[in-house]
Order: sequence, then C-alpha cells, then structure tokens
Amino acid sequence: MSQTATTAETFIDGLDAGIGSIEGESEAILALRLEASRSFAATGVPTPKQEEWRFTNLKALAATPHDLGGPATADISPWRLTDSHRLVFVNGRFADTLSQIGELPEGVTIGSLATALSAENERAVFALGKGVDLESHPFAALNTANFVDGAFIHLNRGAVVEKPIHLLFVSVGGDGPIWSAPRNVISADPTAQATIVEHYVGTGGETLTVPVTEFQLAPGANIKHVRLQEEGRETRHIALQTSRQGRDSRLESVALNVGAALSRTNIDAELGAPGAHASLDGLYLVEDAQHTDTQIKVRHAAPHCTSHELYKGILDGKSRAVFNGRIVVDPGAQKTDAIQSNRNLLLSAGALVNSNPQLEILADDVRCTHGSTVGRLDEEAIFYLRSRGIARSTAESLLTYAFAAEIVQEIPVAEIRERMERHLVERLPQGELAREAF
Amino acid sequence: MLELNNLHVSVDGTEILKGIDLEINPGEVHAIMGPNGSGKSTLASVLAGREEYEITEGDITYSGADLTELDAETRAREGIFLAFQYPVEIPGVSNTYFLRSALNAIRDHRGETPLDAMDFLSLVKEKAKLVKLDEKLLKRPVNEGFSGGEKKRNEIFHMAVLEPKLAILDETDSGLDIDALKIVSEGVNALRDGERSFVVITHYQRLLNYIVPDFVHVLKDGKIVRSGGRELALQLEDQGYDWLETEPATVGA
Ligand SMILES: Nc1ncnc2c1ncn2[C@@H]1O[C@H](COP(=O)(O)OP(=O)(O)O)[C@@H](O)[C@H]1O
Ligand SMILES: [Mg+2]
Repeated sequence: MSQTATTAETFIDGLDAGIGSIEGESEAILALRLEASRSFAATGVPTPKQEEWRFTNLKALAATPHDLGGPATADISPWRLTDSHRLVFVNGRFADTLSQIGELPEGVTIGSLATALSAENERAVFALGKGVDLESHPFAALNTANFVDGAFIHLNRGAVVEKPIHLLFVSVGGDGPIWSAPRNVISADPTAQATIVEHYVGTGGETLTVPVTEFQLAPGANIKHVRLQEEGRETRHIALQTSRQGRDSRLESVALNVGAALSRTNIDAELGAPGAHASLDGLYLVEDAQHTDTQIKVRHAAPHCTSHELYKGILDGKSRAVFNGRIVVDPGAQKTDAIQSNRNLLLSAGALVNSNPQLEILADDVRCTHGSTVGRLDEEAIFYLRSRGIARSTAESLLTYAFAAEIVQEIPVAEIRERMERHLVERLPQGELAREAF
Repeated sequence: MLELNNLHVSVDGTEILKGIDLEINPGEVHAIMGPNGSGKSTLASVLAGREEYEITEGDITYSGADLTELDAETRAREGIFLAFQYPVEIPGVSNTYFLRSALNAIRDHRGETPLDAMDFLSLVKEKAKLVKLDEKLLKRPVNEGFSGGEKKRNEIFHMAVLEPKLAILDETDSGLDIDALKIVSEGVNALRDGERSFVVITHYQRLLNYIVPDFVHVLKDGKIVRSGGRELALQLEDQGYDWLETEPATVGA
C-alpha cells in the first residue's frame, strides 16, 4: 500500500459515519470533509418523502449498520482486460499488487488519489469536490467525509492515452455488512484524450458502494467513458458522477447497470463553455427484485452546446427502474441542442418503471426534445418473425437483444462490450442465437 | 393441399369471417378479391396462425392434417408463407440474418442440415436478383427505412428464399407502380412450378394480368359471394362489387 489511511472504522447505527483522513492531506481537504460530514448529518439518509427519492426506499439500508471495508484481496481474473492501464481498488482501498499501470505516455498521471493528495498534488487538491453539490447528494457528502482512496487521472495538454484506463472496484463482503467510498478525480487538460472504464464488481456478501467520480474536461479534451456496474446481488450501489466541461470538449459516457440489489446513479453534467458536447447514454438490465434508479441532470450553462441522452432499460421479474432526467438550459444558453430519451422494455408483468423526463428552459432559441416510453415486445414483430418459421422464444430474444444492441454497440472497449453481450445472452432464453445476429 | 370448411372467425367477439368454404389443390393460383374490410387479411392471418383470431366454427385442413393445431412457426416450417399487407420493421436485426435463421429453422424441421454461410449467401444473391432487390437492403435491418415498394419486394424475396408450399400474398400489389408490379409478378411466376400453390389477395384486377389465377373468389362481408374463373376479375373491374349482393354464390371452384 502506498498510503496509510486512518478513518472512522465503523458506520455506526445505520449510516451515521465519521470523518476519514489521509495522512498528509491538506487543511483544505480536511475542511471539505468536515463540511461534507455536517451536510450529511443535516440531511441524513434520504426518505421517499423527498422528491428525488420518491421511488427508491432506503429504509432497510438506514437500519443496517455497515462497517467501512478494510483491506482485503480478491481474485480479479474474471474482470481483467487484456490490455489496459489498470488500477484496482478493493473495498475502496488501492490494491497495489493487483494493479498494473504499465507504461504511460508523456504527461499522463494515473494512480491512487490518496497518494496524490498526500503529496499535495495541486491538480488533485484543486479538482476534488469542485463539481459536487453536497446538499443535493447526501451520499456524495458521505463519500467526501469518508473516502480512503480512489483513482486520480490527470492528462496534460495534448496527451493521448491509447489503451483503455481500467478502474476496477471490487467489493469484498465480510462477516457483516461493509461499505466503501471510492473517490475518483479525472482531469483532462486541453485537447487531451483517453478512454476510461469505471468498473464495479463484487465477490459476494452484503456491501454498500458509494462512489463519486468527478470529470473535468478542459477546452478540446475528449474523454470516452464506460461505467459498468455488475456488483453482486447483495450489494447496494449509490453513485454520483459529475462532469464539468470546457469549450469544445467532448464527453461520451455510457452507463451500464446490471448488478446489485439496488443501484442508484446520479449524473450531474455541466456544459460550461460554447461547443461542449456530452453524450450520456445508458442501459440497465434488471430482473428478479433488482431496483435501479438513474437521475441525470444536464445543465447547459453556455450557448452552442449539445447533449445527447439515450437510456434504455430491460426489466424482467419483479424488478423496478426509476429514470429521472432533467435538462436545464440557463438564460443565455442559446442554440442549445439537447436530446433526452428513456425507453423501457418490460419482459414480465411484474416489472415496473417510473420514468420522468423534464425540461427547464430559460433561453428562447434552443432545440430540446425529450420523451420516454415503457412497453412490451412488439407482438406484430414477433408474429412476423414466427410467420417465417422462427420460434417465439428466439423471436423474443432477438428483439430484446436488438433493443439493447443500440447501446451495447456504442461501448468503446471491446472486452466490456463482450461482457455486456454475455449478460444479455445469460438473461435471454435464446440469447446465444440472438447474439449471432449482431 | 388446403381446405377450408365453413370457417367462422371472430376477433374480440365480433364475427369477421362468416362461413368460408375453399379448396386449393397443389399448383393452383387462387385470387381473392373484395372490398376493404371484407375480411381478406383476416383470412390470410388465420391461415398464418395469428393467435388473436378465434375460430368459432368450421375447420382448416392442410396437407391432410388439422392446421389449427399448429402454431405460427410450425405452419411456416410446414410450408405456409404469408407476404404481409403491411410488412413489419424489425429494428436491429439484419435482413440476411433474419432470413438465414428462418431458412435454417425450416430446414431443421425438414431434417435437413443448416446451409453454411457461403451457400446461403449465394442463394440470397440469386433470389435478390430475381426480384431486383438492391443488395444494400440485405444488410439493413429488416424493412427498416425501406420504401413501400421495397418492403413488398422484400416479402417476395423472402418467399423466394424460403420456397413455401403455399404462399399467401396479401395485397402485395397495393402501392406498387407498374414496373414494381411487373417485377413482383415475375418473381411470383418464377416460383410457379405446378406444385406450389398461391392465394393472391388483391383489390385490383390489374395484378391478375400478370399473375394469372386459376380461380377468382369474391369475399364480401366475411363470405365468399362468388367464385369463378379469371373472367370474374374482369367483370368486377367493370361493374364493382355491388351487383354481387343479390346474386347467389356459386359453389365450388
Ligand atoms: N385485430 C382486429 N381487431 C378488431 N377488428 C379487426 C381486427 N382485424 C380485423 N378487424 C376488422 O375485421 C374486418 C375485416 O378486416 P380485414 O380482414 O383487414 O379486411 P380486408 O383485408 O379485406 O380489408 C374489418 O372491419 C376490420 O376492422
Ligand atoms: Mg387487408
């Protein structure tokens, strides 16, 4: 381990956590932690009485004491990518021996955030917490107060990282419930480029993962990002992703939620200078009693920015999905071009979706569209396929696969795309046949 | 090959087909004409196995067995093909892949081995040529972004690849210009081999200049009110359907 961490070891009586600190971290960070801790103490665990939490009930979580996860090791072979710059975190702690950063191009820093903070890395200190609204995001406050480590990526001007940067977060359950709070800071200087895989997995046991990932894109920076959450079915995953973008920068992010008993992903994206583009797409694939909740806020704070959101969901069993998308266009953000669409496919009678796209437009010369659909497989299409000799189960799998493929095909890293395809194949009765079609 | 006996069909409790008798022998082409809403598509859908249609009376015999016992996919595998009046778009699934799974499902049913990719590709190219289907449309998702005429041609293309025993064409001619109509008709005629039977549903006799039927039936308000030879179609063209109201149906075909 490259850093030593001291932190409140228990997550006493539900989610009443303490304040962590990393040896050598600056006064400013400590002040931020205190502020976050006070903020969390003031808001507490959200209840369904709060509009943003209306459909996601955390009562059971609040009643379950969680200890902050200690150092542990894990076999990461199921999740390794063949060729990447890899950082591994087990229970939110950097796992030096499992990581393989490899050779980096000039001007690229990839490493542990704790290491960067204890070295008083200016970039890390400066970026941390800048895009996070603690009051709106109690779990991000919890993370800020308690995080032990996470990834720190900094790309100097013009730096290009060819291989994907693989950030692998492994939840390793213990005797009782444990939690972790990975904190990731990613900052790209002008015209820098990289592809980042943020990957959450687990080895089983009751765990809670509360990650916060912050992106800062300087003018002309270009980041491709895929977030794959495939944690164990006893895990709760409550995440925040923020991004702040400079002029003509591009963020293309795909969020995939497959695992966990309960997952909640908040995305706060801000387009702060003309010409910035954010594409925030996603796919959730849930079954049984899984619950997944996506809350996206895209704020157009400058003119001539574009944003694209396409979220698709496939629900089986008694699963439930919540989608809350908000596009906010500030006064003066003329020529905004924003699209938001949420499409859900129900494979069972017991699945349920609450989808709520919203627009708040305070400029007059903009093009914004939004919409959501919740439906079943098209019986006309199924009959058409069957009338040509294709079995019903194959027809259903084909159509479901095709529904997901639009997002899956966007995944910028082949091995992650294949993982996602495998999840689909496993969920569909004739998945293997369906996969061959694509 | 196909025999309908006093077939009554309802949907959502409303009777649409009210006692249809029809016999189709191998190699025959039967045209079914009739005004909009008379039940032509309903008849086609029932034969193809669409489930929301309820057979309340009568029976359907296909190749000596009760057709109603078979689900839609089994009927297709047993050689029944329906060219849809409104072909359905299948987003994401390529035309070629779709056709290959369909053909292999049919071959498997017949106890044949699946065609390998190369053989399939040359078959597809040959058949696409038959209906002058743009090869670009083979790679595209089924019917997605196809023009009306391309969709209809694609149906005939599917038929040519799947080589059914009984093909039912539901208003394949509607919306086609004369050139497309000729191409589609040539495609159909190329598949007439004395064994394969056709039910050609159309609104206009125009198509029957190109696909010459052995029999013409007039369907009106769920009943066959008149059957005859080719000349009946010409008479309908001249006189419309109204005169049929009073005349008794001619039995048999
Ligand atoms: N699925 C359905 N539900 C309700 N009514 C239907 C359905 N399908 C057909 N019909 C009705 O049955 C009648 C015959 O329709 P159709 O078979 O499409 O006629 P055609 O093809 O001759 O124009 C029409 O009155 C139509 O409205
Ligand atoms: Mg019709």
